[in-house]
Amino acid sequence: MWGVLRQKVCAGGLPGMYIRPAVAAFRNYSSSAKQMMVREALNSALDEEMSADHRVFLMGEEVGEYQGAYKISKGLLEKYGPERVLDTPITEAGFTGIGVGAAYYGLRPVVEFMTFNFSMQAIDHIINSAAKSNYMSAGQISVPIVFRGPNGAAAGVGAQHSQCYAAWYGSCPGLKVLSPYSSEDARGLLKAAIRDPDPVVFLENELLYGESFPVSDEVLDSSFCLPIGKAKIEREGKDVTITAYSKMVGFALKAAEMLSKEGISAEVINLRSIRPLDRSTINASVRKTNRLVTVEEGFPQHGVGAEICTSVIEESFGYLDAPVERIAGADVPMPYAANLERMAVPQVEDIVRAAKRACYRSVPMAATA
Amino acid sequence: MAVSRLASSSSSSGSSLVKPISAALSFTSSLRRSLSSSADDSTTLTIETSLPFTSHNCDPPSRAVETSPKELMSFFREMALMRRMEIAADSLYKAKLIRGFCHLYDGQEAVAVGMEAAITKKDCIITAYRDHCTFLGRGGTLLEVFAELMGRQAGCSKGKGGSMHFYKKENGFYGGHGIVGAQIPLGCGLAFAQKYSKDETVTFASYGDGAANQGQLFEALNMAALWDLPAILVCENNHYGMGTAEWRAAKSPAYYKRGDYVPGLKVDGMDVLAVKQACKFAKEYALKNGPLILEMDTYRYHGHSMSDPGSTYRTRDEISGVRQERDPVERVRKLLTSHDIASEKELKDIEKEIRKAVDEAIAQAKESPMPEPSELFTNVYVKGYGVESFGADRKEVRARLP
Repeated sequence: MWGVLRQKVCAGGLPGMYIRPAVAAFRNYSSSAKQMMVREALNSALDEEMSADHRVFLMGEEVGEYQGAYKISKGLLEKYGPERVLDTPITEAGFTGIGVGAAYYGLRPVVEFMTFNFSMQAIDHIINSAAKSNYMSAGQISVPIVFRGPNGAAAGVGAQHSQCYAAWYGSCPGLKVLSPYSSEDARGLLKAAIRDPDPVVFLENELLYGESFPVSDEVLDSSFCLPIGKAKIEREGKDVTITAYSKMVGFALKAAEMLSKEGISAEVINLRSIRPLDRSTINASVRKTNRLVTVEEGFPQHGVGAEICTSVIEESFGYLDAPVERIAGADVPMPYAANLERMAVPQVEDIVRAAKRACYRSVPMAATA
Repeated sequence: MAVSRLASSSSSSGSSLVKPISAALSFTSSLRRSLSSSADDSTTLTIETSLPFTSHNCDPPSRAVETSPKELMSFFREMALMRRMEIAADSLYKAKLIRGFCHLYDGQEAVAVGMEAAITKKDCIITAYRDHCTFLGRGGTLLEVFAELMGRQAGCSKGKGGSMHFYKKENGFYGGHGIVGAQIPLGCGLAFAQKYSKDETVTFASYGDGAANQGQLFEALNMAALWDLPAILVCENNHYGMGTAEWRAAKSPAYYKRGDYVPGLKVDGMDVLAVKQACKFAKEYALKNGPLILEMDTYRYHGHSMSDPGSTYRTRDEISGVRQERDPVERVRKLLTSHDIASEKELKDIEKEIRKAVDEAIAQAKESPMPEPSELFTNVYVKGYGVESFGADRKEVRARLP
């Protein structure tokens, strides 16, 4: 029953329907001890959506015979055949355009980028051909497409293979941008993305693929779906709000653990949706805690944290007891050497330190050389 | 000049026999009228194209094109309408009623009209920004064109698209694209979906000689060939990519050969019958064998857009030369008069009707209001989930997306 209700909610059939409190309570209830890897979560979501709707098909490099560069599409070629699981040549601009054209006609493509770094070759199609079409055509040409793949830093892959694209795609009207953290997120958000009638950029994370999370029976149900545009409060707290998405949610939760030992109760918000951004959840949380730390892996300038900070200043300025703190990737191209790479990506200690600063519990750092 | 044979139930032996008879008949107007009325519907005319087709990796279709008086009349009417529409748009732009970009198609009408004659509305067409006439050919109305150009509610995109973003999805017209070359992979995607859905239809993806050098064309063509997609790439070669002549932009301007393993056909794009024949051939080919390239040798009288006079990179003599020798509307006019299907006066009357229809549509379009301010926020998404969007000053203007 809950599955059916949830399907209605994420199909958008009932706008403004506030069943969220009950649903949130249900979501926190995890009776089942079943563990699922994010990789498996994505695979099962793809499988179920392809099974449910014949218009859904998958295309990308190595998605078929290779079983997926990161094995996300394992078994799908065998199950659905080469007409629905297409291995493409290494031509992002071409195959992304083909995917968007197929979506114009009414199919529901899932286009995989081996990493989102390669999406830059196709970004014209994502923005100009997909995101803007419904608007420019006054509703005639809708584009029910999903662009998915790993985003952000992996391990030791260097500058050209490590960028986070959340801020770039998140700034574009006409796109929806999602970024899962847990297996529940991965399943629910990918299903929602595939069912959504608009273009969705789905930012996964390579290092999360192998991580396991507990999943309830409800999450495993084939009709399970999460609403787009709603953040999740992963951990409730009262002293400081920490927002994060994707891999950084895990770091923020670890930071919250460490902070709790020092008497700081941090509320961790898993954004889940970069666009639309759940401003109301973020603001409600800041109005409760009065302090905010934004965490992201991407470059700091014009980043997701910058938008969250401004949103809070615009809507909840009077509630802030301290300046908003921003933790982001270093403002440099990603270096290769392990020690430099470590400095280029946020670590748990960085989040802890920033939270303490927001709570006036540490001496601010002097500018370093 | 074109050689023609009048084929009817009483077959004539040789052209020398036919010509004197028809010449004699033409003296009697009443006889001619009865002849043309009976010739209107079922008579098949076979007319040769002005030039033979040049082919690459395939056998070209025959130069002899089957048509009928009715079809030729419709060609004239449609092309003359497109011509007048574009010229009217020129005036509207100069009167500042059309803003921004306006890329006119006059001179290239035969490509749009010939293509329509070979296909159905279930086949798809996608093109770039020189799309007004293609839109009209796909069943768009004059009102929708002028209103959209002027940014009014009655426009085909409700005023939110503009000149480069005309669409008519229900008639298989997928735009209208501003980014040079992007429409080619999109068109191959349409073809992919047609094949996936087993619709037995094809997609024509049109692009210019400027776009012919785009990498994404070759990326898409490779996939179309690999997957046998029913995609026809139509290079509307008007010999100038904005201000750059083809010989300055392309090492090899034989665009119909650029497909390498994909066959190609070079077509006189100013001859509507040649275009029809080529598109008919292409559709049959693509449904069985996958992609094909058609290169339409055509010409635009206007500059690249309304901000380009079009005479700094080519001579006025060249432009007037094409107008005199190869104009597509004039060619059909001559065919109609020489075959006694219509008189000069009848054709002039049709042109008068067209002028009137265009003027009326413009008047109607001027009456159409600009979009409501609330329209700023509509159609951003199909499903907005009640998410907030903002105007320039978000404390002043915000809306919930439906």
